[in-house]
Amino acid sequence: MSVKTVGTPEQSREPELSTTTSRRPAGTLYRGREGMWSWVLHRITGVAIFFFLLVHVLDTALVRVSPEAYNAVIGTYQTPVMGLGEVALVGAIVFHAFNGIRIILIDFWSKGTVYQRAMFYVVIGLWVITMIGFVPRHLINVFSH
Amino acid sequence: MTSTTIDSPRTPAGSAKRRGVNWEKWGWVYMRVSGVVLLVLIFGHLFVNLMVGEGVKAIDFAFVGGKWSDPFWKVWDTLMLWLAMIHGGNGMRTIVNDYARTPVLRKVLKGAILASVVVLIVLGTLVVFTFDPCPAVSADQAHLLPSFCPAP
Repeated sequence: MSVKTVGTPEQSREPELSTTTSRRPAGTLYRGREGMWSWVLHRITGVAIFFFLLVHVLDTALVRVSPEAYNAVIGTYQTPVMGLGEVALVGAIVFHAFNGIRIILIDFWSKGTVYQRAMFYVVIGLWVITMIGFVPRHLINVFSH
Repeated sequence: MTSTTIDSPRTPAGSAKRRGVNWEKWGWVYMRVSGVVLLVLIFGHLFVNLMVGEGVKAIDFAFVGGKWSDPFWKVWDTLMLWLAMIHGGNGMRTIVNDYARTPVLRKVLKGAILASVVVLIVLGTLVVFTFDPCPAVSADQAHLLPSFCPAP
């Protein structure tokens, strides 16, 4: 860590907010590591999924307009560009889902806070495995026929 | 040099204990309960619609007609709609509370979130339960209907 701190050596590892000269307090428990980045990703994926959900309810509602109208719009979901978008969407959903389970475990499991960092890497690992299962099959469907 | 004092996490915002229903607590509980159910519902939705058969390429009016001829998928999709819209709306509310700085902006954004959640839940529920897999269509569109529909 390159952040300057003032104080005795034993204080410099986790300085009090009042003892750092930096405008960005360093060494707080939460800032800048797996805990923060999982939180950032959870927010970004959550917002993205929410806006997709708004669009998805509206496009599905076209089944009440006419078969032709629904097929025209759902056809755009089958183009290569949207196919890649669906990879991103599923990636966001899978991360949000697994990290959500991690959050629940942090809240309710007595060892949750101790293993929150390890659980972040479990989330990443399960995400990779899930995406390996999904992406090739989906891209073959999108790019063939 | 001024030092910043941060209250410990569970310090009540007000001095007096508030009476009545603790909505924030139930919102917190809702996010966790609905989250677990949504994991099952959405993973199932994605598997059936994107992984089985030709995946996204197989989705059209006839595909939806086939699914929503079965009460199982009607209930599945309606449950998913309600749980996800409220989960997402409450998440967006949390983000607005964190980042919107003025009371007016908060009111406007939270009003917009509430309005879109209510409108889309009502719209989506009506669509699922008024859906007709075999609507009256002109002859040139008849091939778009599910195969179980009677010939026009």
